[in-house]
Amino acid sequence: MFISLFGAVESGIIYAIMALGVYLTFRVLDFPDLTVEGSFVTGAAVAAFSIINGIPPIIATLLAAVAGFIAGCITGVLHTKGKINSLLAGILMMTALYSINLRIMGQPTLSLLNETTLFGQLEEMWKSIGLDSMLNGILSALGLEQLPSTWAVLIIMVFITFAIKILTDYYLKTEVGLALRAIGDNKKMIRSLSANTDSLIIVGVGFSNALVALAGGLIAQLGGFSDVNMGLGLIVIGLASIIIGEALFGTKTVVRATLAVILGAVIYRIIVTLALRVDFLETGDMKLITAVIVVAALVTPKIIQSRREKRRRIWKRQQLRTGGDGHA
Amino acid sequence: MLKLNDVSVTFNEGTPDEKRALNNINLELEKGEFVTVIGSNGAGKSTLMNIISGVLIPDVGDVYINGEQVVHLPEYKRSKYIGRVFQDPMAGTAPSMTIEENLAMAYSRNKKRKLKLGVTKQRKELFKQYLSTLNLGLENRLTAKVGLLSGGERQALSLLMSTFTEPDILLLDEHTAALDPSRAELITDLTEKVVRESGLTTLMVTHNMQQALDLGSRLIMMDKGQIIFDVSGKEKEKLTIQDLLQEFQRIRGEQFGDDRAVLT
Repeated sequence: MFISLFGAVESGIIYAIMALGVYLTFRVLDFPDLTVEGSFVTGAAVAAFSIINGIPPIIATLLAAVAGFIAGCITGVLHTKGKINSLLAGILMMTALYSINLRIMGQPTLSLLNETTLFGQLEEMWKSIGLDSMLNGILSALGLEQLPSTWAVLIIMVFITFAIKILTDYYLKTEVGLALRAIGDNKKMIRSLSANTDSLIIVGVGFSNALVALAGGLIAQLGGFSDVNMGLGLIVIGLASIIIGEALFGTKTVVRATLAVILGAVIYRIIVTLALRVDFLETGDMKLITAVIVVAALVTPKIIQSRREKRRRIWKRQQLRTGGDGHA
Repeated sequence: MLKLNDVSVTFNEGTPDEKRALNNINLELEKGEFVTVIGSNGAGKSTLMNIISGVLIPDVGDVYINGEQVVHLPEYKRSKYIGRVFQDPMAGTAPSMTIEENLAMAYSRNKKRKLKLGVTKQRKELFKQYLSTLNLGLENRLTAKVGLLSGGERQALSLLMSTFTEPDILLLDEHTAALDPSRAELITDLTEKVVRESGLTTLMVTHNMQQALDLGSRLIMMDKGQIIFDVSGKEKEKLTIQDLLQEFQRIRGEQFGDDRAVLT
C-alpha cells in the first residue's frame, strides 16, 4: 500500500510539470490545446532516442523540452497565422506528431532498461549523501515494513517541479506575462494596448508544450521506456489535475493557482492508485475512473455552493420570522 | 497630428449588400484639438475610428500620425500612438486580473514589453497617484480583481488606462453610451478634465448632441460615409441642437434620422 502510494506521488510530481503546461494553455491563454497528447510522446521519444544514442541524459531531457517547444509553436502558428480554430489546430498537430514520433523512435516502443537515465545518475549521486537510510529509518520506526528503494526521484523532482513553478509564476508577472494572461481574459483590450497577440500566443503555446514534453522525457526515463501510445488521454489527465487542484485549493492568485495545479496532479495520481486497488476495477478502467474524477471535481463544488446558499436563505427567513433583523 | 487623406472603405463590394462606409474622407487634427463626431446609425463614425486605430484597412487613402504614414501598420503597432476607450465598459479592462495589473499593462502600451516585473513598488505608488485623480477610492483597492468593479468604475479605469501614458491620439467610441446618466456624467467630466490637463489630441464619437456641443473645440457631423459639417472655435460655442438639426436638413434635404441623438 505505502509503496504504491509512494510511486503515485513520485510520478504525480512529474505529471505536475505536464499539468502546469496544460494550465498555461487552458487557463492562461484560454486555448484548448490538444497538441499535448502528441508532444508528451515527442518528449519521451526524443529523450529515449538521444539517450540510446549516447547523449548525456540531462541534455537528452532538455532536447525533449526543445522538441515540445517547436511542436507547440507550430500549433500556435497554425492557429494565429493559418486562422485555424484552436481545437482543430491542436488535433491536427497531435495527429501529425503521431507519425513524427514513430519516425523519431523508428519503432513503436523504445526500451531504456539497459541505459543510464537521468534518474539512474541522480540515484548514484544520492546514495553518496546517505539520506535514504535516515528517511527509511524513520519510516520503519513508524512500523512500515516495505520501504521505498530510493527517495532520490521524489525529492529531486519536488525541487525541479517547484523551480519550474516559481519560474512560471515570475514569468506570468512580468510585463510580457501580464500581456499573455490578458489574451485569455480580454484579447481586444490587450491588442489596443499594443501587444502582439499572435506572437504571444505562439510563444505561449510553445512554452506550454515544452513543459509537457519535458514531463514526457522524464516519465520515459522513470518508467524505462518510450511508447508511441503513452500520450493517449493525457489531456484529460492534465485537466483533471487542474480541476481537482482548483476545487481544493482555489485560484485567487497565480502563485496559488500553479500550486493548486501541482497538488492536483499528485492527488489525481493518488486517487487513481487507490481506485485501482478496489478488487473489481482493472487497469483498463483507468480512463473511466479519470472521467468520473473530473466530473466529480466539476460538480461537487457547485453542489456544495448551492447547498450553502440554500441554508443561508432558510436561516435568514427563520431570523425574520422570530423577529431578528436577519443579520448575524 | 492626425491626418486622413481621401480615405474610402466599401463593405461587401460587388454583392447586393455593398455599402460605402466611408466616402473620400479628408480630416486633419491639430495637436491638442478635441473633436466630437456625431451622426446617425450607419453614418460611418465607427468605421472612421476603426480606420484610425488600424482594425480596418481602407481600400484607398492614407492615414498619417505625426506625419508618418501608418496605413499599413497593424493594429497592435499603431496602439503605441493611440489610446482607446470603447463603448462596452467591459471591453477596456481584463476582468480576472487586478487593478494594478491592468494599469501595468496599460503602462507598457508605448514601450517594449520586457521580462521585468510588471507591478513594482515604485509603479504601485505611481498607480495610486493616478487612481486618486478619479476620486472613486480605487487607489485603496489595487489588488482587487477588475471584474468586481461596477460598469462606471471599469469605464473610469479604462479612461485612465488609455490616457495616463499620454498617447498622441485619444479615440473615444461612445464611451459613455452604455452607462446610466449619473455615471455617464462622471465619465464625461473625467474625460473633459484629463483631455484639458494633458492637452491630448482627441476624437470622440457620441450619439448625444448635447455632449458633442458641450465638449471639445471642434465638431464634425457625418452622414452616409461623408463629413457633411465641420465647425470649430467661436462658431461651435454658439451652436445649439436646433442649429445642428437645421444644418442637417439644409445639407441633406431630409430630417435627421436619429431620435436618440436629440432626446438624450
